Amino acid sequence: MNNPISALFGPSPIKPIQKHMAKAQSCIALLGDFLEASYIKEWQKAEEIQQVIHKTENEADALKREIRTHLPRSLWLPVARNDLLEMLQIQDRLANRARDIAGIMLGRKIEIPGELVECVRDYYQKNLNTSAQALKAINELDELLETGFRGKEATLVEGLVVELDELEHQSDVSQVKLRAMLFQMEDSLPPVHVIFLYKIIDRLGELADISQKVGSRLLLLIAK
Amino acid sequence: MSEVISQYGLILLGMACLFSFFMAWGVGANDVANAMGTSVGAGAITIKQAIIIAMIFEFAGAWLAGGEVTSTIRSSIIDVETAGFDERPELLVYGMLSSLLAAGIWLLIASKYGLPVSTTHSIIGAIVGFAAVGISFDSIMWGQIGSIVASWVISPLIAGIISFSLFMTVQHLVLSTDNPFANAKKYVPYYIFLVGFVIAMVTMVKGLRHVGLEITFAQSAAMAIGFGIITMLIGVLMLRRIPEPSSGMMHNQFASVESVFAILMIFTACSMAFAHGSNDVANAIGPLAAINSVVRSGGVFETESALPMWILLLGGFGIVSGLAIWGYRVIATIGRNITELTPSRGFAAELAAATTVVIASGTGIPVSTTHTLVGAVLGVGVARGIGALNLSTVGKIFLSWIVTLPVGALLSIMFFFILRALFG
Repeated sequence: MNNPISALFGPSPIKPIQKHMAKAQSCIALLGDFLEASYIKEWQKAEEIQQVIHKTENEADALKREIRTHLPRSLWLPVARNDLLEMLQIQDRLANRARDIAGIMLGRKIEIPGELVECVRDYYQKNLNTSAQALKAINELDELLETGFRGKEATLVEGLVVELDELEHQSDVSQVKLRAMLFQMEDSLPPVHVIFLYKIIDRLGELADISQKVGSRLLLLIAK
Repeated sequence: MSEVISQYGLILLGMACLFSFFMAWGVGANDVANAMGTSVGAGAITIKQAIIIAMIFEFAGAWLAGGEVTSTIRSSIIDVETAGFDERPELLVYGMLSSLLAAGIWLLIASKYGLPVSTTHSIIGAIVGFAAVGISFDSIMWGQIGSIVASWVISPLIAGIISFSLFMTVQHLVLSTDNPFANAKKYVPYYIFLVGFVIAMVTMVKGLRHVGLEITFAQSAAMAIGFGIITMLIGVLMLRRIPEPSSGMMHNQFASVESVFAILMIFTACSMAFAHGSNDVANAIGPLAAINSVVRSGGVFETESALPMWILLLGGFGIVSGLAIWGYRVIATIGRNITELTPSRGFAAELAAATTVVIASGTGIPVSTTHTLVGAVLGVGVARGIGALNLSTVGKIFLSWIVTLPVGALLSIMFFFILRALFG
């Protein structure tokens, strides 16, 4: 298209970034179903869910690549390009973590000991809440663009990020509790199994950590 | 009395009319679309409405405020005495014919190869070319050329500053407030007033002289305020039709806020068409006006003769037919491509560009409407108002400049010598 007016407008990365975050969040949501299947040792079903997670994570990857190729340096954005790419990278790690957790658990058929299930369920929920809050904040990006990243809307997003930090803290609290419980019973379990259980707990917790990073990146974007 | 003029005068004038119409057609097919496409892209008006608005306001702009630029192109680029047109007036006729032909052909080639060329740059390059080489280097009023070229840099810059400031006021007064919808309804009428006032004011202070109206500054101001108030009242009536957003939530408000600004954008679209008409019609009819005054007087070039109405009509008709036959396709393409420019941004860009162009028109400076609009859009971008802007377009515009001026000049030099060989 040779028309200078229409050539002036590039593809806005805002909607695709939101779409990418939504994909990452659906990976995490699917992980919940996967965990439920693993509690009752339905590995067949767990594998099916793991496949879906894998597929969704691939879609997120494809989106990420597409966003990157459409963000050449000559594009002038209302936010810093580097911050935006960085945020995309962080969002992508959410999808990767969810895929890893399902992969490791399925590969080793890791069973969560019955006494821990309630606690893991709660812990997972806390992490899911945190990433859901991150998605909520990211979904404000188009409104932020509409208002020119200032004023009322910027304050609203700052509020969302404060809530996000609080949710991440709740995940930390839940993690401490879960670790304490596992520590109590670790002598009665095979050592290798214990090592992997700790690993899963760590990885689940990272979901909240990374979500929090998405929030702080978002604040940087607004501040520019 | 020049022999060539008395012998071939009517043929030459006929050719001039043809080329001028061809050029006006090209302006209508391409440039008008650039001016109107943003409004269509923002969803403020349909393509059909864009064409109707363009037809009315392009013509009004050309008629009411187009005189100064036409007279610049007609008689302020070449110094008639130094050029020796008193003895050989046919040289001016050849030159202006060559310029029209050169600019028209270059525009055709350039749009085929995807260069964003400006009609203004083509015609100025062509006139300077034939005069510098075909007549004499000193015959060109280089001071005037210098200020025209400077205006090509300054006009996008000024438009950018105005659009930046306008968008900042919108953010402050409407977008970042607690109740953007109520504030949009409250402040948009004032912006509509501004549109009417600015256009009327500049037109009356600068443009109406050639229509034969002599009015004082105070009278102009009073009439411009009156005109602004009338447009504002029309706007208020139109705004009544916008329904309140259903929920009080801020989030659902922005679509309604934009529909309020879409009303504003109907007015800025009119101002844009008016501004474009006031500046760009001259590119097509300025050379024709020069040829006409030579042929009609039998070889005497009068620098201060009035612009005949039929020339304006020919230019206006050319633009309108170009728009009707080809322009709507270009508008449709632009409209599809620009979805990122919402009315709250689009109006700021259009009002800034229109103001800048109308001021240039009043001062008699030929600027590029498209480039000015690009500058205005970038101004909104600086205010963080647009999702993504392709800065490479700015580079392409500079490139097309660097190519257009020498190519326009070379082509017109070529045609000039051919015509001189043909007619003697």
